[in-house]
Amino acid sequence: MLDADFFRRWMTATAASVDREAERLTALDSPIGDADHGSNLQRGFHAVAVTLEKEAPDTPGAVLVLAGRQLISTVGGASGPLYGTLLRRTGKELGDTAEVTEEQLTDALRAGVDAVMQLGGAAPGDKTMIDALVPAVDALSDSFAAGRAAAEEGAVATTPLQARKGRASYLGERSIGHQDPGATSSALLIAALEEASVE
Amino acid sequence: MSDTTDKLVGIVLVSHSADVATSVAELAKGLAGGGTTAPVGPAGGIPGGGLGTSAELISAAAASVDQGAGVAVLMDLGSAILTVKALLAEGDELPENTRLVDAPFVEGAVAAVVTASAGGDLAAVEAAATEAYSYRKE
Repeated sequence: MLDADFFRRWMTATAASVDREAERLTALDSPIGDADHGSNLQRGFHAVAVTLEKEAPDTPGAVLVLAGRQLISTVGGASGPLYGTLLRRTGKELGDTAEVTEEQLTDALRAGVDAVMQLGGAAPGDKTMIDALVPAVDALSDSFAAGRAAAEEGAVATTPLQARKGRASYLGERSIGHQDPGATSSALLIAALEEASVE
Repeated sequence: MSDTTDKLVGIVLVSHSADVATSVAELAKGLAGGGTTAPVGPAGGIPGGGLGTSAELISAAAASVDQGAGVAVLMDLGSAILTVKALLAEGDELPENTRLVDAPFVEGAVAAVVTASAGGDLAAVEAAATEAYSYRKE
């Protein structure tokens, strides 16, 4: 069973990995975006980590809702409302129970991913975070490790795609050949699930 | 389309740029003519300067223009749109009767402020702003 501490570790591990990878995310965002993905997410997840330390919500759902709210408030770019919606919706799906199963988390994440698709209007293949998240959610029913691998593969698989959403879509064919920064950061989020589970 | 009370619909203008939001607000108020002008709240850039979208500035601007007759929010691009949608989904972040208005930013802002200043209700403001999509320029 996964308790609020697990979810705090998940968010803290994400913040640490976004921090480590911020330069790489921004580098990926510079040929096809506005070169701020790393710094924006770094600011957002730093705020998440600080807030979770101060407020210490005591259910899995509350941890994610609070984290999502912080991301919407602090990121400053499109990844704020997108990641914010993902976490908030996932948290709301989990309700206010003290512990959830891995299966409940997977189902809730699937609802979160659906909410992101609805908000951004993106589908698989549009070269967005969805291309990492959808395969990840499918694989998470096996294990966190399988989810992590699927997310990473999904992120890499965005390279040959042409962007159809967001700033990168203005570039048309010139967006081809670059790995999508949003899919890459989504893979970090999913990888952090595995990190949180081994602590 | 006229409201029976003297409360006016508030307009919030969300841009990635503080300069754009402020200038479009001034332009729209200027073109609304004399007399009472509807309250307009620019929410541009991120706190402390820089390009981007700030949920805090949007919430503050919406609260500041809310007279009880509704608030129409117009946005420029990408994250501005997504942030407003996310705030509306939160439920309690924006005044009751706040509406995302799908309209061209400059033309829509002018139409919205003119209509709101004339006493139009939220539906009339939204219709006027949305209609700005159909003004052809050639």
